[in-house]
Amino acid sequence: MQALYGQLLIGLINGAFYAMLSLGLAVIFGLLNIINFTHGAQYMMGAFCAWFLLTKAGVGYWWALLITPIAVGAFGALIERTMLSRLYKLDHLYGLLLTFGLALIIQGLFRNEFGSSGLPYQIPPELSGGINLGFMFLPKYRAWVIVASLIVCLSTWYVIERTKLGSYLRAATENPALVQAFGINVPRMVTLTYGLGVGLAALAGVMAAPIYQVNPLMGADLIIVVFAVVVIGGMGSIMGSILTGFGLGVVEGLTKYFYPEASNTVIFVIMVIVLLIKPAGLFGREH
Amino acid sequence: MATATGTAVGAPREDTRRILVATGIMAALLAVAPFVGIYPVFLMKALCFALFACAFNLLLGFGGLLSFGHAMFLGTAGYVSAYAAKGWGLPPEFAILLGTAASALLGMVVGALAIRRQGIYFAMITLAIAQMMYFFFLQTPFTHGEDGIQSVPRGRLFGFIDLSSTMTIYYVVLAIFLAAFLFIYRVIHSPFGQVLKAIRENEPRAISLGYDADRYKLLAFVLSATLAGLAGAVKAIVFQLASLTDVHWSMSGEVVLMVLLGGMGTIFGPVVGAFVIIALENYLAPFGQWVTIITGVIFVVCVLAFRRGIVGELSAWWKSRGG
Repeated sequence: MQALYGQLLIGLINGAFYAMLSLGLAVIFGLLNIINFTHGAQYMMGAFCAWFLLTKAGVGYWWALLITPIAVGAFGALIERTMLSRLYKLDHLYGLLLTFGLALIIQGLFRNEFGSSGLPYQIPPELSGGINLGFMFLPKYRAWVIVASLIVCLSTWYVIERTKLGSYLRAATENPALVQAFGINVPRMVTLTYGLGVGLAALAGVMAAPIYQVNPLMGADLIIVVFAVVVIGGMGSIMGSILTGFGLGVVEGLTKYFYPEASNTVIFVIMVIVLLIKPAGLFGREH
Repeated sequence: MATATGTAVGAPREDTRRILVATGIMAALLAVAPFVGIYPVFLMKALCFALFACAFNLLLGFGGLLSFGHAMFLGTAGYVSAYAAKGWGLPPEFAILLGTAASALLGMVVGALAIRRQGIYFAMITLAIAQMMYFFFLQTPFTHGEDGIQSVPRGRLFGFIDLSSTMTIYYVVLAIFLAAFLFIYRVIHSPFGQVLKAIRENEPRAISLGYDADRYKLLAFVLSATLAGLAGAVKAIVFQLASLTDVHWSMSGEVVLMVLLGGMGTIFGPVVGAFVIIALENYLAPFGQWVTIITGVIFVVCVLAFRRGIVGELSAWWKSRGG
């Protein structure tokens, strides 16, 4: 039973990262109509940024949680201004190709500099150790990641679905020209949205740094799984992304316990089944 | 992807003749290339990738469908034909046929799934299924995991052509490539190719004219998968190796790059793109990660400034001169 609870916990942790990453993808896709292939690289940049802050500048985990999303998000905004903004009139696939190329460049540069082996990142002292729950041992840091990512996901949902800024955003998703005519600066909103999505990926990267090692390729394979998560959930709904992310993490954890050989592929198999039954995704809308 | 393509499908007879002449020149150049000091092994690698890229271009350039998982067809055919030649001791022609057939079958299943969604979702679905195939080949015993299937025998083609000689196998590869190239050209200029183009340009209109768009898209996908499989099968026999590199997602990205660089929707673009990229990789191999970085830079430059690709730009320039 111990092992089962352990795998469930790992599943929840992975699910937390799936949820945060697919949420960022969904936010970006909603307004920009671009699938951000650089998302995995930006998640990796978040982890590296935290590592830099700690080892080069002596800035700890808590400040990194604040600084990293802003720094990487600003980098994202710069990319949006200088490159992505030139592609909006073209076929959406060009956005995918451009961000794929950017991901190759970023990952290549980091691998040149740091090699392929991982760099360790200490768990902050406040969260080291764990709690014995009787039926299992719960490391404090892992509990924190689950709680914190839930807070992040739910506040993103709140901002987009319940605030005025969010309503502008949703309106611009439906009809950017009309929103612009009402005097709202849509291009700036697009830049900020891309920055926000990238910032979410970077935040996930900081939270992942103490759990997985900080590695130039940590986002490369992850992003493909997150794509499958996005196809399963459908990008129509923010809450759908969150639920699908956590749910699939748990399913993957359970698979690791009951049938480990399939744990790498179970999410892709679920994707195929969902495509057969409900092609628009569990929470998606057919256009 | 319609906006960037410059070539008219179903061009008048004048163009047809020009393309056939150009194909003849290409064939002649490739036939003499080993005699002017170009390493035949390099040429064979480039030809396999050129065939792979042409197959991919059939789907992207003429069907408007961006598959981000085409490596699975290259790799599956490679594994199947390598195993058939080594494990079962089949002659090379049967090994290649078997590998190609395996990819065709896979293409039918994946295509039927992927065409249920469009645009960006299509790309993500093919990528995800290809990743699933990657893990399958990583875990299943017959592929020997990280080692791959090594020292695959080349054997004798049709029982009397000994493929162990580099020059002999080079001309066999060239013949296969040219046959497939002409086949693709024929498909593009057939009524089927016309309908495919109509669907790319405006799917609802094509449907309203009575065409079953899904059937056409599936057939294009299967054709593309089959030819990509042919490339993979030949590659496995020539290099006597089937490995995980050929099913990895970076291979799927590479073929996109070749087609993008050479010119999407042009006949010769993928060939040019494949030769440029393979040459680049050859020269940059000692510099490690710089290959990835330069690949990425080419992607970015092509998308931002150079969407017609080499052949597309050249033919636009030619046309602007009134050629």
